[in-house]
Amino acid sequence: MTVIDESRRAEPGDLALFDAEEVAPRTNTPRPGDTAVGARRTLRSATLDERFNIIGALVAAIALATLLFGWFTPLTGAIGWVVVAFVSFIAFYSLLVSLRSDGQEVRDRIMTVLLVSAGVVLFSALVFVVAYTIVRAADALPHLNFITETMELTGPLDPLTMGGILHAIVGTVIQISIALAITIPLGITTAVFLNEVGGRFARFVRTISDAMTALPSIVAGLFVYAAIIQLITHQRSGFAAAMALTVMMLPIVIRSSDVVLRLVPGNLREASYALGTTRWRTVWHVVLPTARSGLVTAVILGTARGIGETSPVLLTSGITSVLNFNPFAGPMISLPLQVFDFVKSPEPAMVARGFGTAAVLLLLVLGLFTVARLIGGRGPGQLSDAQRRRVAAASADDLVRMANVASATPASERRKPAHAASVSPESSPEPQNLPKEPSQ
Amino acid sequence: MTAITERRSLASKPSRSDSVFKSVTFTAGATTVGIMLAVGLFLSLRASDALSVAGPSFLVEQQWSPETGVFGIGAILFGTFTIAIIAMAVAIPLALGTALLISEVVGGQLRGFLVSLVDLMAAVPSVVYGLWGLFFLQANVIPVSQWISTYFAWIPVFRVVDSSGDVLTEASAFTSSAFIAGIVVGLMVVPTQTSIMREAFSQAPVGEREAALALGSTRWGMIRTVVLPFGRGGIIGGTMLGLGRALGETIAVYMIISPIFTINWEVLKTGTNSVSALIALRYGEASEFGLSALMAAGLVLFVITLVVNFTASSIVARSRSGAETS
Repeated sequence: MTVIDESRRAEPGDLALFDAEEVAPRTNTPRPGDTAVGARRTLRSATLDERFNIIGALVAAIALATLLFGWFTPLTGAIGWVVVAFVSFIAFYSLLVSLRSDGQEVRDRIMTVLLVSAGVVLFSALVFVVAYTIVRAADALPHLNFITETMELTGPLDPLTMGGILHAIVGTVIQISIALAITIPLGITTAVFLNEVGGRFARFVRTISDAMTALPSIVAGLFVYAAIIQLITHQRSGFAAAMALTVMMLPIVIRSSDVVLRLVPGNLREASYALGTTRWRTVWHVVLPTARSGLVTAVILGTARGIGETSPVLLTSGITSVLNFNPFAGPMISLPLQVFDFVKSPEPAMVARGFGTAAVLLLLVLGLFTVARLIGGRGPGQLSDAQRRRVAAASADDLVRMANVASATPASERRKPAHAASVSPESSPEPQNLPKEPSQ
Repeated sequence: MTAITERRSLASKPSRSDSVFKSVTFTAGATTVGIMLAVGLFLSLRASDALSVAGPSFLVEQQWSPETGVFGIGAILFGTFTIAIIAMAVAIPLALGTALLISEVVGGQLRGFLVSLVDLMAAVPSVVYGLWGLFFLQANVIPVSQWISTYFAWIPVFRVVDSSGDVLTEASAFTSSAFIAGIVVGLMVVPTQTSIMREAFSQAPVGEREAALALGSTRWGMIRTVVLPFGRGGIIGGTMLGLGRALGETIAVYMIISPIFTINWEVLKTGTNSVSALIALRYGEASEFGLSALMAAGLVLFVITLVVNFTASSIVARSRSGAETS
């Protein structure tokens, strides 16, 4: 609430400048450096008491489990030890916490411990799955021939210095390229249809493509096997495998592109329509460029899923150890199927090759995923620094061009913008009409 | 009174580029639907041969010999669901705990890192999980199986006995079981479930969270009274989407199990089966009619995953709209 000094209100000089209601005594803001600043307190860290509770309970649980296993009772086995240690850790910890706190807090602490242990178990298991594959692949991967040769002249008993998976890499690249050549245009156009055209048929299309994400991959493979291989081509080929991958990837790409296009802010579309553009130009010049990074991410994630699919390829591509560049004739193996084929053999060298192939596949998927994260890290319409600078330079150029057009018009009565003559790209690095961050 | 002029038509005439655009996108949508309906119709047509021979007993018959006309997916469907239920028993506690951990406990950069890690794990190919299950888990989980079957044999499903009722203890009785396949499939579906649940939890309204904390509740009290009720749809939906994936998983299961064609209640004992593993195993040697029988099995699997997925996505969608009304 403002306190208004009545004596100042009467002065006419003030009235000339301000409305009387707004006159208020000045606020004194403290200058930095006037007040003493204490030591910064940590807000999140646990207290010494809480840390001791955890450490104490941990030591007590390990001690108790070790005593029970092998000293007091006839219990044996590492698994049982872990189970007993975990249960007794929870018991000791709740006992220690309950010394200082009430029941609510004890329950809170126990649940926090359980949540953290679920996370630790899950992440260590998942990281272990990946690390195990890469460690077991260390036998096969260091040999350069592993990625430059094929298995054509190599038998199961040959050492790892012979033979490689070049044919599987080539097969994967060809199959996924054919699948992408169909999936990208068809999938993105369908997603545009769902979002920009709409209507009852679009809803039907969306329902059907959602349903197809439930299609088990082996059934997709079986469909291609029965419909294309048995009826038309009568032989397994890379093309048939690519068809099976297409049936698997198409719904994934449609669904994720649909989500991305829905995130494009409506006011951008409306601005474009208000400028009198057609639907097609709005989609091509506004919607798709805005969603570009998201669409790329959708495609890359679909590719990562498609590359790893084994079961549709198992039925359709056929198994070979020969390099085959022709997708329409002859069997053409791919990386996941090659893994499956290698580890069926009991020979240690073949199993090592299987792990090596799996590691190559895994690194491929990890690489694709990292690229997708780098591109798709930001939402639609958010630009990187380089893109922002480019857009700023382009709009500064536009300003100059418009100013030139305006000054070149003979009609002298047209009011020139006052600042237009002085504007040049160098003098105004930050023009006013920068693209704004979209309000989500 | 002004004269009423003739009413103008408000319908706009689309420009040529627009009508081309509209017809091109419509064609793309129609092609997509065409491909997908072709899959469904083709499966149904080819499956109908086998289904008309087998009749309703297709769902309960345990043997699989289409050549003699005695075939059904009783045992196979049972195995599929056994593996999926074990997978869910492994996956649900892990997914729920991790989703709550990511959305409620950790913060800052660690949260972003864990979210990326979960998404990355969802993209790891299933053949990699299969390799891990076959070469590492198979050997290391047998002591656990033996431990469970020793101490929990009074629960019928954990008993491991041979045909004459004697208790089996040797390691070879525990390999290639539904239990091992279930653990691997469970780990595969955890990332999917975690990311859906985490998304649902993070949409729990801030106002209600702060209200609970301001009333003096602990973090767990807040989670129990605000986050879990608001995220219930996400929990159910995420679980069911994971279930759909678990039912259709092929290659990891195929690598681990040893296929049998009888109903096996003892989940720790060697031998189980699943629809997708059956298709992968038998498609090559199948005759025309045998292929039709496999198609019928695939069709049943497809219908089941379809129902599961649609139920799940409708539950997720409904819960989201509910969370926004606060």
